[in-house]
Amino acid sequence: MTAAAPPSGLSGPAGAGRQPGSTDGGAPDGAEGAPRRRGLTPYWLLAPAGLWLAVFFVAPLFYQASTSVQSGSLEEGFRVTWQFSHYTDALATYGEHFLRSFGYAATATVLCLLIGYPLAYMIAFRAGRWRNVVLVMVIAPFFTSFLIRTLAWKTILSDGGPVVRALHSLHVLDVTSALGLTGDDRLLATPLAVVCGLTYNFLPFMVLPLYSSLERIDTSLQEAARDLYATPATAFRKVTFPLSLPGVVAGTLLTFIPASGDYINAQLLGSPNEQMVGNAIQKQFLNVLDYPTAAAMSFLLMALILIIVSVYMRKAGTEELV
Amino acid sequence: MDLYEGLPEPVAKAWERGLTSGRAAMTRRRLLRGASLAAAGAALAACGIPPAAGSKSGDAPEDTPDHSKKERVLNFANWPLYIDVGKKNKKRHPTLDRFERRSGIEVEYVEDINDNNEFYGKIKPQLAAGQDTGRDLVCLSDWMAGRVIRQGWAQRLDPANLTHAVTNLEDRFRAAAHDPGRQYSYPWAGTACIVAYNKKATKGKKVTSVTQLLEDESLKGRISMLTEMTDTIGLTMLDMGADSEHFTDDEFDAAIARIQKAVDRKQLRRFSGNDYLDELNSGDIAACLAWAGDIVQLRLDNEDIEFAVPDRGYLFGTDDLLVPAKARHRANAEALIDYYYRPEVAAELAAYVNYICPVTGAKAEMEKIDKDLAADLLVFPDADMIAKGKNFRPMSAAEEARYQEKFSALIGA
Repeated sequence: MTAAAPPSGLSGPAGAGRQPGSTDGGAPDGAEGAPRRRGLTPYWLLAPAGLWLAVFFVAPLFYQASTSVQSGSLEEGFRVTWQFSHYTDALATYGEHFLRSFGYAATATVLCLLIGYPLAYMIAFRAGRWRNVVLVMVIAPFFTSFLIRTLAWKTILSDGGPVVRALHSLHVLDVTSALGLTGDDRLLATPLAVVCGLTYNFLPFMVLPLYSSLERIDTSLQEAARDLYATPATAFRKVTFPLSLPGVVAGTLLTFIPASGDYINAQLLGSPNEQMVGNAIQKQFLNVLDYPTAAAMSFLLMALILIIVSVYMRKAGTEELV
Repeated sequence: MDLYEGLPEPVAKAWERGLTSGRAAMTRRRLLRGASLAAAGAALAACGIPPAAGSKSGDAPEDTPDHSKKERVLNFANWPLYIDVGKKNKKRHPTLDRFERRSGIEVEYVEDINDNNEFYGKIKPQLAAGQDTGRDLVCLSDWMAGRVIRQGWAQRLDPANLTHAVTNLEDRFRAAAHDPGRQYSYPWAGTACIVAYNKKATKGKKVTSVTQLLEDESLKGRISMLTEMTDTIGLTMLDMGADSEHFTDDEFDAAIARIQKAVDRKQLRRFSGNDYLDELNSGDIAACLAWAGDIVQLRLDNEDIEFAVPDRGYLFGTDDLLVPAKARHRANAEALIDYYYRPEVAAELAAYVNYICPVTGAKAEMEKIDKDLAADLLVFPDADMIAKGKNFRPMSAAEEARYQEKFSALIGA
């Protein structure tokens, strides 16, 4: 977690680069070469990450940008023709998939927050000596592969399984069916299953930032609020929750962004009516072999997520993440 | 350093004003930004993917240097559970072990093909770049083998090294539309796509046709079809009275529309790859399109599993072995293909994988191993069964792209 880093660390090389000027005045040798070498240190420290990003992020992104404006076919080859219609076509054809992806991801994020906040609160303030045990339990699913865990849900939620039988006898399925979330007395291959799968898989990404931000809250602030006659609810609303906002923002972003691009849950737990945009991109790339459209859709997904996230960040108004 | 350096004083002043103030101000930053944008644009335009079909150099035997004599190894990529395994040690493959002992060729057998499209995506970059994929022998479904051959990415096989294969390949496999005369590929096994159902899940009801899959209300939300376009669309077209060996665009579209209607009604649970078996076994899927070999195997464990060969025919295909372009050990690969066309070896393989055996004489050998299997029409089809099997006709590149696009939209993406 980046929780330990001081906020000034974010200002990066520019901030660090200016420092030698102030500290070097006091240096006894004051040689000409020394400040320059010091000035380069931050860049050297950045070099591995920078190089990594350049090779594995900037270069592929660039290649993808090029692919998205090409046209042609596998047999004739693809050439750059600046065909931007891939973008509009993709949006027209797969608009529904984009909407569905963001809808599912947003629902899963809200569910993660509703489930994760009390859990993180409990770990931070009430767990006592069990804190580490509970934290390990939150992280434990990561010891198994994402795919295996999702496949396990297929068995758990299967039509003849205990979960479906129990929900059926409690008439819960009638309610969810009425809401259009399930149908025909089953959970698998319904929107509910996909959203639940997303929620399950991304819950730790919500809990951990929430925990790290709750854990740093000075409990004397809560006591002070109580001393000033705040009810527990008011103290939570006016003190604890606002102080945990950085964790909420970080958690929602860490959940929403990967959930929007996920395709495993929709593929394994959904029916053809629940496919998300990730599935569509995969099919375009592997089955249709229409690389330009696949690249354009990936860019659209990135751009839309970026827009949603920046609007959200502005509304949430948290400058300082974590 | 500035652009207007060295000019007479008034002119330089005018330049300076023009460039540093007002709307047209061209600051250095802006100049750099403009230049870098232009450079990025030019670099973007320089990218591209070369055509696939141009590289015809890989197809003649004499064109690719063969290292088989010096390097007695063979890298063989196949599908999971598509070869016999030892009784005690499930990691051993008795037929393969015997081949290694006899030929002195060490076989690196890797089960890394799970999906034709995915595997194609994996090896395509190397093939397109004219490089060795690291695999000397791969097993692809006929339509995908056809695509690789069409693109010039398969090596022509030398019949002189394939004496058993040439003699023992059953006649009906020889005239394959995607590889006439079998110059590039030999079948590993034949596949039949049929209808299967779980009798317990359907409460004893028989499911015998695609029509019933798509329209029977009692199966709503509990049927699946395959993500392989040729199988799903082919079988649906047969059901609608079209001929999958000579269909038209309209007939293809009609099949798509018919399945789409069922998808919209939520009749289909999902489109699946190899993984439908678990759900059919558990009953989550009551009925589905299935590959016959899988069903023969599954029926040994679960007696509720039944199958039906639709009256209007089933979709017949092959999984073909071929040597990718630039592979280093073509002769070793040919030796292995030829070995598996010995009837006794073919029978041993078929006794385990339970797919249609393409080798003449294997049935007689099978009678020595397992009488029931030798009589199983799904492994050794009789004339009547053979007549019911229909291929999916080969497609041109443009057709394939168009059909795949429509099919992808249908299966939910």
